[in-house]
Amino acid sequence: MKQIKIPKLAVWKFTSCDGCQLSILDLEDHLLEIGQRIEIAYFLEASSRKVKGPYDISLVEGSISTPEEEETIHKIRKQSKFLIAIGACATAGGIQALRNFRDVAEFQKIVYPNPEYIETLKYATPISHHVRVDLELRGCPINKTHVLEVISALLIGRKPSLPHHSVCIECKKRGNPCILVSKGILCMGPVTSAGCGAICPAYNRGCYGCFGPSESPNLHAFISLAQRLGITNSTLIHALRSFNAFADSFREASIYLEASEES
Amino acid sequence: MEPKAYILARESFEALLQSLKSRGYTLIGPTIRDDVLWYAEIQSVEDFPIGWTDVQGPGQYRLQKQDRDTLFGFTVAANTWKSFLFPPRLLLWRSKRTENGIEFEQPTRSIPKLALIGVRACELAAIQVQDRVFLQQEFVDPEYQARREQAFILAVNCGTAAATCFCTSLGTGPKASNGYDLALTELPDGKRLLIEVGSEQGDEVIQDLPVHPAKPADLQEAEQVIQNTVSQITRELQTEGLQTFLYAQYENPHWDEVAKRCLTCGNCTLVCPTCFCSTVEDRSDLSGDLAERWRTWDSCFSLEFTYLHGGPIRTSAKARYRHWLLHKLATWIDQFGTLGCVGCGRCITWCPAGIDLTEEVRSLQRLAHREVDHAKS
Repeated sequence: MKQIKIPKLAVWKFTSCDGCQLSILDLEDHLLEIGQRIEIAYFLEASSRKVKGPYDISLVEGSISTPEEEETIHKIRKQSKFLIAIGACATAGGIQALRNFRDVAEFQKIVYPNPEYIETLKYATPISHHVRVDLELRGCPINKTHVLEVISALLIGRKPSLPHHSVCIECKKRGNPCILVSKGILCMGPVTSAGCGAICPAYNRGCYGCFGPSESPNLHAFISLAQRLGITNSTLIHALRSFNAFADSFREASIYLEASEES
Repeated sequence: MEPKAYILARESFEALLQSLKSRGYTLIGPTIRDDVLWYAEIQSVEDFPIGWTDVQGPGQYRLQKQDRDTLFGFTVAANTWKSFLFPPRLLLWRSKRTENGIEFEQPTRSIPKLALIGVRACELAAIQVQDRVFLQQEFVDPEYQARREQAFILAVNCGTAAATCFCTSLGTGPKASNGYDLALTELPDGKRLLIEVGSEQGDEVIQDLPVHPAKPADLQEAEQVIQNTVSQITRELQTEGLQTFLYAQYENPHWDEVAKRCLTCGNCTLVCPTCFCSTVEDRSDLSGDLAERWRTWDSCFSLEFTYLHGGPIRTSAKARYRHWLLHKLATWIDQFGTLGCVGCGRCITWCPAGIDLTEEVRSLQRLAHREVDHAKS
């Protein structure tokens, strides 16, 4: 990673809810300083001022869901030295990737009175399916402190410190007992990447898997343990098909479960 | 010399806690939170899980109310004493860029004097294992040392065992043999506590209390409690020749079978009272002028743990589980002169997949024998 001097930052949006961009704006205590250290050249959620590229850092929110977006992402890649996909939509396709499991034309017919006006791709896909991505920030939404960490790291040319291991490690460090074991509650923690600080288990709720699959998820073992706890396959399919439904291991597991439901 | 032993009335247990408090100790003891037994700061006996017990099994844990008002009618808590002696997250230093270069600053923190209330024999053995790691090697960990040296240990001899307990296989329990300040046995009538003195500090505390010397009959009664607990322990780990055996099992096909069940989540390592691995994280702020180095718990089940130039070296679940089990039961001996396992059973209970290292060792042995038999025939 090369050290960047007075870098120019752009924030882009594709198919998404804007929640990750709002998380950046939520860095209230640091926004002024960020504005001093880097030039916020393009960030429509925050300002209508547009400065032309190229950009040193591009933060990309959202999945690629339309033919137009497919073209635009290539233009952005060409203008960006360091491209960071932010959030579940940009890193896994997001909640809209649920359509990837069904026929999108059917959805169009049901939802829109005039589906012929809709131009959409068959699949909603992560940024990395289209262009080279230098770094991914996971989460629905992202953890704002990760944005701060990455910007701080890029500014002095060090490697950002981001977790990729399971939520369990974060959960134990926080001092939570395991609710899968003590309460038999479905918790996606053992197959989910850390990053949120194990918020849900800290409040006795199972992990929803917002940060997507961990670095080495064993879905086969996870399905077995869920079944041992008496969790039905349809509950499990719902748990796997949320914000990160189209992430490889979650997708494969839910398709496997769906097939075994049908057979 | 026999340790000095006294009888304290159960109703005076509070006086023991308050005596420790008046000596400046922060009390850490068993309490209930989120439906589990948990070691945390307590104020008085009111915080105790009186009458509660725990039911543990592979990947399973439930609390149960008993019809007896026992103080210590449960086994080991969900968390470990290491959280207090070896904190999960610790700032090691800060640095600041100034006109004259970089200034380093060590954080000033007041390290509390902790009284650990209700340390089980296996847990005491685990603390002694960590002592070897942090205090008896070439480099001493000053943070651990500061916490450890000040700590007062009130051990408790177990009056009950969980299905996951196997201290008897490792010779670590259920009776605490040394390393405590005071060791307590709850006698079956529920009215008397037998207290054995293990140190000068323990002796001083006893002088404050309304105790009378224990009679041989009391000692016999306490011994009966221990024997009763021993008879409840059903889980076993055969340790004889285990190290040599395991060193010959790198290619045992059973590792592949465990890997199918292992989530690589790391829970076993974090609930283990002897696991001591940590990593350091460097942080800098937006200005690049301030930096911090933090130490946090790490796990050999994470990929980054073995990240060397070019990538991690233990990528498969098989390699990671094998490494962990071999460290606990074999390489630990070469490294520190003891086993890395004390038989508390936490890795069995708190593995969401219910992987049981005693069972895995048996499976490895079975498969190895089958291969030997096969070779002979």
